[in-house]
Amino acid sequence: MTQINAKQDLIDYTVRLGDDAIVIGHRVSEWVSKAPFIEEDIALGNVALDFIGHARMYYTYAANVDNTLTGKNDKTEDDFAYLRDERQFQNHLLHELHKGDFAYTTMRQLLVDVYNKYFLEQLKNSNDETLAAIAIKAAKETKYHCRRSKDWTLRLGDGTEDSHQRMQKALDDLWGYSHELFEQDELELRLVEAGIAVDCASLKASWLAEITAIIEQATLTVPTQEWAVRGGRQGYHTEHLGHLLTEMQFVHRSFPGAKW
Amino acid sequence: MSLEKLELFEVFIRSKRGLDHKHTGSLHAEDKEQALEYARDVYTRRSEGVSIWVVKSNDICASQEDDSESFFDPSDDKPYRHATYYPIPKDAGAM
Repeated sequence: MTQINAKQDLIDYTVRLGDDAIVIGHRVSEWVSKAPFIEEDIALGNVALDFIGHARMYYTYAANVDNTLTGKNDKTEDDFAYLRDERQFQNHLLHELHKGDFAYTTMRQLLVDVYNKYFLEQLKNSNDETLAAIAIKAAKETKYHCRRSKDWTLRLGDGTEDSHQRMQKALDDLWGYSHELFEQDELELRLVEAGIAVDCASLKASWLAEITAIIEQATLTVPTQEWAVRGGRQGYHTEHLGHLLTEMQFVHRSFPGAKW
Repeated sequence: MSLEKLELFEVFIRSKRGLDHKHTGSLHAEDKEQALEYARDVYTRRSEGVSIWVVKSNDICASQEDDSESFFDPSDDKPYRHATYYPIPKDAGAM
């Protein structure tokens, strides 16, 4: 593999990780001013900002590598966040699905947070020093996210009849989107080979064991349906992403280069 | 979960090692574990703390305004309870 291709692979992979983080960060931020009560409102705002912070680290790194590749110094994090269209985003579909009710958000966070815990633990060992450093920082916040989402899953799953049903419905609706988290295309396989990317297929067993334990403790049932939806890493998205990007990118696109 | 079930908690934060926990504010939560997490999210997001205590507001036994006459006024005329009331003998040297 040539040096240039290797760098382009690294940029593409890093941007994918940024896409996951910014899309779910924006989704969680939609709760601000709409959470069930003020304490939870602030807590969700914090979580959203954590994810957006992770996205900034990934995008900034991707922009730096891109600048060394082109020899120009014109790429920034904003180019990735605000100036790409739906087909160029390569986040997992689970992250972009609508905000839903509080049970839906809680269940999605549980699936994603536990995934991130195992993912970042591996990314800490990446041969790429910057990705490893980002993982160390992000893992601390993710540990807290896991604590929150587990706590809420137990509360709502084993709560009232209404909260139990909503949690089970959320789990059933989301489950088919979880399989994609553990799939790899050629890009990721090349980078796994190089010791840079996380071998996400290897995370499935630990993730499933932990999720199953939490779900059962919450008196919920792990779905047995076989359906699966995939395509996010190839840029094929659900109808939800376009609306999210419209809102997220509106100001930047309306006032290019604006500063305050 | 209904909001009426939420309880009020008082939050105490230690800002750095060696200092006391100080009362910082209050918040609503379903139980003490959740209160601890919300205290972290609401009161330490700008690096204000290294340790958090939460306690149910109902568990605090507080003096009342009506008590102040009997509780606090009597000490107003007892200056001998302050160390500064007593002259230090020369022989004692610097204290």
